[in-house]
Amino acid sequence: MQISKKVEKMQPSGIRAFFDLVLGMEDVISLGVGEPDFVTPWPIREAGIYSLEEGFTSYTSNKGLYKLRLAISRHLKERYGLDYCPEEEILITVGVSEGLDLCLRAIVNPQDKILVPQPSYVSYGPVSELAGATPVYIDTQKDGFKLTPKNLEKNIDKNTKALILNYPANPSGVSYTKKELEELKKVILQHKILCISDEVYAELTYDFEHICFSSLSGAKNNTVYLNGFSKSYAMTGWRVGFACGPQEIIAAMTKIHQYTIMCVPITSQMAAAEALHSGKKSVEEMKREYKRRREFVLQELKVLGLECIRPDGAFYVFPRVSKTGMNGAEFAQRLLKREKVAVVPGSAFGGQFSDYIRISYASGYAELKEAFFRMGRFLKKI
Amino acid sequence: MDEILEILEKDARITPEEIARMLKKKPSEVKSAIKKYEKEGLIVKYKAVVNKELRKDSDLSVRALIEVNITPQKDVGFDKIAERIYSFPEVNSCYLISGTYDLLVIVEGKNIHAVSNFVAEKLACLENVRGTVTHILLKKYKEDGVVLKHKQEHKRIAISY
Repeated sequence: MQISKKVEKMQPSGIRAFFDLVLGMEDVISLGVGEPDFVTPWPIREAGIYSLEEGFTSYTSNKGLYKLRLAISRHLKERYGLDYCPEEEILITVGVSEGLDLCLRAIVNPQDKILVPQPSYVSYGPVSELAGATPVYIDTQKDGFKLTPKNLEKNIDKNTKALILNYPANPSGVSYTKKELEELKKVILQHKILCISDEVYAELTYDFEHICFSSLSGAKNNTVYLNGFSKSYAMTGWRVGFACGPQEIIAAMTKIHQYTIMCVPITSQMAAAEALHSGKKSVEEMKREYKRRREFVLQELKVLGLECIRPDGAFYVFPRVSKTGMNGAEFAQRLLKREKVAVVPGSAFGGQFSDYIRISYASGYAELKEAFFRMGRFLKKI
Repeated sequence: MDEILEILEKDARITPEEIARMLKKKPSEVKSAIKKYEKEGLIVKYKAVVNKELRKDSDLSVRALIEVNITPQKDVGFDKIAERIYSFPEVNSCYLISGTYDLLVIVEGKNIHAVSNFVAEKLACLENVRGTVTHILLKKYKEDGVVLKHKQEHKRIAISY
């Protein structure tokens, strides 16, 4: 069977072979995991179980349970002073992944370009291509992995449709202060492009208050705000996210969503509603724990002599390893073989990041300690 | 709550140096804070949480929860008589509580006879003890925030973005 040319053209992740190697090995300490090591807090799990007991097993409206949209709307009002109307401006999606896909498909026309600052989460480029757009990768290496207004402006042309901004970022952990966001906003508004703001790690911002992009004055009409429950409430497997944006974009996204997904599983939506209702305390506890791990990991990296930009949030660090004489892929492969510790080669997040590795600190303290002990032993022997 | 306490309550074996790294403090600062807590009695002691149900050789295999009704004494209230009770080595825990009785006493014994002997010969005949009701503990599910069941661990996939 002839496979779609568009799909055939998509490059499978260059480090697939490395992943297979990791998955085939036993007793690996993995610092390659992009999800929390916590289990979903019990009250949230209990709400899911209860909804099943009560017989909530049907479809919901395409946009998602009204009570969940309402809870999200209230949460955003309280947290950021945002006004998103639960009827018209909020859509419940299968994680942020679906939200991003829908948004791109809803806005892209042939010739459109989507700006993707890199290093970036792996899906931004391929999903843009699938939607028919041309991704334009912006290298942020020299600016400490942050997109600057200048760098943004330089990459905008008449075909630029949108920017995908992710903060706190995977894999670098960097985030933006209000001042920095304001400057980016100016460029975005001036050139009338859309900001697709993936803020899934928002709750895991450690040193300053996270600012929602659409809460910046005048930015709301040019922003599609994506978020979800996966990282903040340790709910990755439930697959619930949400998209908030201008009515016409949400309506267009809903059109696609209703034909392709219909609705997010009701059990997950019920659990998500409970997360907003009672989960705040757990979020705070998890955040404190991640913050401690961040300090620990940064100190360990310093001891190992690996340079690294201090992350503001999420649960990743993105150190450069070229000093060891290895590139990221070699480092990862040899570390795995010799010491059974898995990290992700930086090239997964953009070709020019082959000198980096991503380390996730979403692992228990004992595991982190052992992993860094082994990494130290590994580096001494080379 | 102080984060040092939060960390130690979860795992008392984490060293002051490690805590210092987590909190971006000096080891000496952490050490002196811990010393202060110990001195103040905020940190009482460090111990392992043992699931005694799995200890085949345990000679303390029976636990009983005893409701004790007492007559409070002038000036010292319940404290004096509570002290007389909790000083027995058989007593594992002792709480003053509200409700239909006064003290909840948790007693450990080799077997049911040991426990009943303690109740009959020591506890019940204390002056000021008006009555006792003994409940034998059948199974422990969770203790001090720790679930004792050994659960099958769910593993995350080793690599994900």
